[in-house]
Amino acid sequence: MDFLRPASWEEALAAKAEHPTAVPIAGGTDVMVEINFDHRRPEYLLDLNRVELLRDWEAGEENVRLGASVTYTQIMEQLRAELPGLALASHTVASPQIRNRGGVGGNLGTASPAGDAHPALLAAGAEVEVESVRGSRFIPIDEFYTGVKRNALQPDELIKTVHIKKADGPQQYSKVGTRNAMVIAVCAFGLALHPETRTVRTGIGSAAPTPVRAKEAEEFLNAALEEGGFWDNGKIITPSIAKQFADLASAACNPIDDVRGTARYRRHAVGIMARRTLGWTWEQYRSTGATLEGAA
Amino acid sequence: MRVNFTVNGRPQEADDVWEGESLLYVLRERMGLPGSKNACEQGECGSCTVRLDGVPVCSCLVAAGQVEGREVVTVEGLAEYAQQRAEGHQGGGCATGACGTSLDQAKRWEARPADSQTGEGVELAPIQKAFIDAGAVQCGFCTPGLLVAADELLERNADPSDQDIREALSGNLCRCTGYEKILDAVRLAAARQGEAV
Amino acid sequence: MAPNTRTTPAGTPTNVTQKHARGGIGESTLRPDGTLKVTGEFAYSSDMWHEDMLWGHTLRSTVAHAEIASIDISEALATAGVYAVLTYDDLPAKMKNYGLEIQDTPVLANGRVRHHGEPVALVAADHPETARRAAAKIKIDYRELPLVTDEASALAEDAPLLHPGRDDHHSGHVPHPNIVHRQPIIRGDAAEAAKKADVIVTGEYVFGMQDQAFLGPESGLAVPSEDGGVDLYVATQWLHSDLRQIAPVLGLPEEKVRMTLSGVGGAFGGREDISMQIHACLLALRTGKPVKMVYNRFESFFGHVHRHPAKLRYEHGATKDGKITHMKCRIVLDGGAYASASPAVVGNASSLSVGPYVIDNVDIEAVALYTNNPPCGAMRGFGAVQACFAYEAQMDKLAAKLGMDPVEFRRLNAMEQGAIMPTGQVVDSPAPVAELLRRVKARPMPPERQWETAGEGADVRALPGGLSNTTHGEGVVRGVGYAVGIKNVGFSEGFDDYSTARVRLEVINGEPVAMVHTAMAEVGQGGVTVHAQIARTELGVTQVTIHPADTQVGSAGSTSASRQTYMTGGAVKNTCEAVREKVLEIGRRKYGSYHPAWATAELLLESGKVVTDGGEVLADLGELLEDESVDLELEFRHRPTQAFDLVTGQGDGHVQYTFAAHRAVVEVDTELGLVKVIELACAQDVGKALNMLSVVGQIQGGTTQGLGVAVMEEIIVDPKTAKVRNPSFTDYLIPTILDTPTMPVDVLELADPNAPYGLRGLGEAPTLSSTPAVLAAIRNATGLELNKTPVRPEHLTGTL
Repeated sequence: MDFLRPASWEEALAAKAEHPTAVPIAGGTDVMVEINFDHRRPEYLLDLNRVELLRDWEAGEENVRLGASVTYTQIMEQLRAELPGLALASHTVASPQIRNRGGVGGNLGTASPAGDAHPALLAAGAEVEVESVRGSRFIPIDEFYTGVKRNALQPDELIKTVHIKKADGPQQYSKVGTRNAMVIAVCAFGLALHPETRTVRTGIGSAAPTPVRAKEAEEFLNAALEEGGFWDNGKIITPSIAKQFADLASAACNPIDDVRGTARYRRHAVGIMARRTLGWTWEQYRSTGATLEGAA
Repeated sequence: MRVNFTVNGRPQEADDVWEGESLLYVLRERMGLPGSKNACEQGECGSCTVRLDGVPVCSCLVAAGQVEGREVVTVEGLAEYAQQRAEGHQGGGCATGACGTSLDQAKRWEARPADSQTGEGVELAPIQKAFIDAGAVQCGFCTPGLLVAADELLERNADPSDQDIREALSGNLCRCTGYEKILDAVRLAAARQGEAV
Repeated sequence: MAPNTRTTPAGTPTNVTQKHARGGIGESTLRPDGTLKVTGEFAYSSDMWHEDMLWGHTLRSTVAHAEIASIDISEALATAGVYAVLTYDDLPAKMKNYGLEIQDTPVLANGRVRHHGEPVALVAADHPETARRAAAKIKIDYRELPLVTDEASALAEDAPLLHPGRDDHHSGHVPHPNIVHRQPIIRGDAAEAAKKADVIVTGEYVFGMQDQAFLGPESGLAVPSEDGGVDLYVATQWLHSDLRQIAPVLGLPEEKVRMTLSGVGGAFGGREDISMQIHACLLALRTGKPVKMVYNRFESFFGHVHRHPAKLRYEHGATKDGKITHMKCRIVLDGGAYASASPAVVGNASSLSVGPYVIDNVDIEAVALYTNNPPCGAMRGFGAVQACFAYEAQMDKLAAKLGMDPVEFRRLNAMEQGAIMPTGQVVDSPAPVAELLRRVKARPMPPERQWETAGEGADVRALPGGLSNTTHGEGVVRGVGYAVGIKNVGFSEGFDDYSTARVRLEVINGEPVAMVHTAMAEVGQGGVTVHAQIARTELGVTQVTIHPADTQVGSAGSTSASRQTYMTGGAVKNTCEAVREKVLEIGRRKYGSYHPAWATAELLLESGKVVTDGGEVLADLGELLEDESVDLELEFRHRPTQAFDLVTGQGDGHVQYTFAAHRAVVEVDTELGLVKVIELACAQDVGKALNMLSVVGQIQGGTTQGLGVAVMEEIIVDPKTAKVRNPSFTDYLIPTILDTPTMPVDVLELADPNAPYGLRGLGEAPTLSSTPAVLAAIRNATGLELNKTPVRPEHLTGTL
């Protein structure tokens, strides 16, 4: 094993180009587990801790440019207003110690369906900026996840920045685990209201081979909200609409049975979380009409 | 590979480090600082918690090579770290280079029957004292990690609510105590800290 | 044998009552090892280090049941940095097995593996990674065999025998060779009594496989010595039991295997069996170098036995006025591939299956199976935990069927001192079962809706799901449940259970100092704290030194079965009393002629002086002893017990019983099936609290382990492969501080006249009743039957 320590982004890209099998390590919260448990012996470890630009974030007009190594602690403490869904998701990540090291880049790189950030990114709307010595490209989040623990990265590419839409309405995030802290998702659900476009976006975690959006549920809800004039009249969403939305969210799942939960439970729980997060966000929207931080 | 970093205020160097080694392994096996504990090595128990540039992290999940040039505080340096903080040094730290077990001392440390009566008269951080007084220590394996995490909590929140304490310590597993006396200890340390001000 | 005809056992409170000792018994003195533990300097077994040491690594089977057709170690042996690779063929002695009671466990697999993760080969190398890589190069050809995974497959006509040709002391009486041990207990006439019952309830209960999950992994250091022996520094629960198993396999006399207890990072039963001890010694003796072994968490799940999973079938009947008429039960424990503590678990499960209730007519059977599942053995409350989960569920069912309050129903049937156990044994010391229940019930309820904050929405940390933000109060229903349990203390069924203590009293710099030397494994429970307290009380000294535990002193027995304060505490007390007597003898010899009180008065040791019970100072210990020291090593035994009759189960099998009761208050998100335990109140009788701080710590810790198995903890074994599916702290979950409620504790001190200071072993009882109390509370919240532990979200939402 070799340990590569690039001091800059350019050096990191050059190293990755030279050694495409090199495994990037930033927070280490995935990679080191695999090494400690002898699941993985990469030829090269590519340490990204010295690459400063990965630790920067900036809130622009439309988007937040989030460096791949910005930690979950920073996101939940400093980006609650801009990225409420992701901030809530960050708060559910493992433990304080892990949140102090891990960042969204790692979640994306590992691309586990159980990664906590994915549903929030899907719901908010995001693009992943990846780069290699050949140049950079933006991958829409919906196209980023290509299979179980697989993503759209080329072997020579590294994740640089995640461009996430700034919240234009309330966002929520829920995750089921079988413990009240420090737990991997059995399944998770993210929901964002986008009043500017009068749309709702969702994200489901750990209930399909990849993180997915519940697109039919979104389309149904978008139509129902439009039809009922809900965006304007701010009325309470009717139970039947909420139920239909929840059922469609459940139907969007394609889960498996594993030690953490049954497929049946995952479908069931995603439906409950869809209904609840819709209720919470809509309540926030009705009461203020504006962007709100997550309530929890 | 070779790795240079600061531990408890002292510059240290480790040689012939295997690239897959964790910071935890280097501390425990190469620097004679076994206070940080190896309970799960997967970031699920917090027993190996250290401060890395001031931030509590699981040292089992930090690759040794990643700490090059950085500052680490372990439980062995916690008393000194807390004392310096109390004396007004920014964020604690070991600027004098006098805190914790010296490397020479540490390297002389070896397997021998532990005399369970020693350790008297040692200067302790308030949180360490509170853990003893409140009965928060049983087998003690989770204790070092909990101390580092709890000390950092009290550093940024002098008067935490019970729920704040629970959240801050939710990454540290304890199998012996059921956590009640750990909560007591943190409350006690906070109260004593409050009285001292 | 009637209890009142017993001979007076050693350790009965003597006439002399030492008093006024500072830091003596009854005070919450602080741990002597506390400072070292908070500074990181306490040397745990995984912290051991030696110049030139090698790292040992174990290669374990990847399948559960197979013949090993061949093992090729050549490539591993040729790896640079590798010093030794050992397999079964390298074992040096005729004895190749070990085991607590039955020596059925191979040190390394002998042509056959019987469970997933069984040790097959060992490697010693200069770095753990070198050892791991070399182990990966060992080629093993497994020929898989049919699996035995449950009672049906174990007892099937063509069932493969786990241990063909076994000839242990249980093999003669078991109905099938795949049954480790069977214990029936028959008393009264259950069938006849059933006819008088107005209501009958039955239930089938399943208890999952729990892991001790101590935080300090199995580890230690073996250092070869010049005399051909070995020094072993290790974390264990019982040094001498290890020694008895290690030495024969190494082909060494016991005196050449010198064991010293290292820091123990928790135990809970999981260190009663051998793990890496023999392996490290074998590698050290082969290489001539010190060898360190440390399991990681993955390996730890294979490195020790677990709590027996169990299937329990119960039938109870009761009359309209709430009196239990009879109980029938059958308890099937899965012992896994090797016996470990299975026989004792069967004994506890059967003899305590009735719970702390008076039931005159019982028909009980408990068995432990040999299967290809992971071996199971001791864990806190062994045998009694599984039974308590089932009989307490039955009590609630009976109460519900009778329309009675569950606590009142229990109190109506609760045993008292003088009650007769199903084994015929009379409970001859306080059994305040009804009082314990009354106390937990009388507590004020924790406030409702504690998650509500002033204006900031819901505090999710106070809700089911916690930080995961799954509910802000939606679907949340509160439930309350009660349970009470009974556990035996100490080793039972005729076992010669003893402990040894050596105490030296001398004067150093004018001050008397007591040194206490035992082989007791301090695993966190605080034995070292109470030993010092006992010595202060009995010898009237302030300074007490606790000698490291090792095999240079006689056995202390195991730190298990809630026995150490009773047994080694009793031994320390016993030896201190003898030392005191010796000191007084010296005094009488020296000064007897000067003062008549030496011959006539009751004499005490107080504050370094010999005083009369009237307070007159007769001599100073410094002058009395001068350079002399009094140094004694004595054994201490509890009163003898009897084996249970193999047909009727009759016999005075237990030394002492211990009781705890819980009230659980839970909040359940009924839609998502997530649980938050809000409060878990406990009342327990401890006889005499030698150190209240430690007592409460034990009760809260035991309670939390019971909570864990109620709602999250389970080793999941794939029934198709018998392989463990979740050997990690990612998927084997134990409670965090956010899962653990406030745990108010109510301690009763009703002395047991048979026990030292009247104390009652206490560590296990809270683990029993905690689980069924939580289950009862969840049932109360949801209305569901819930016959399995742990309760998973699927059980609460109908989504299995």
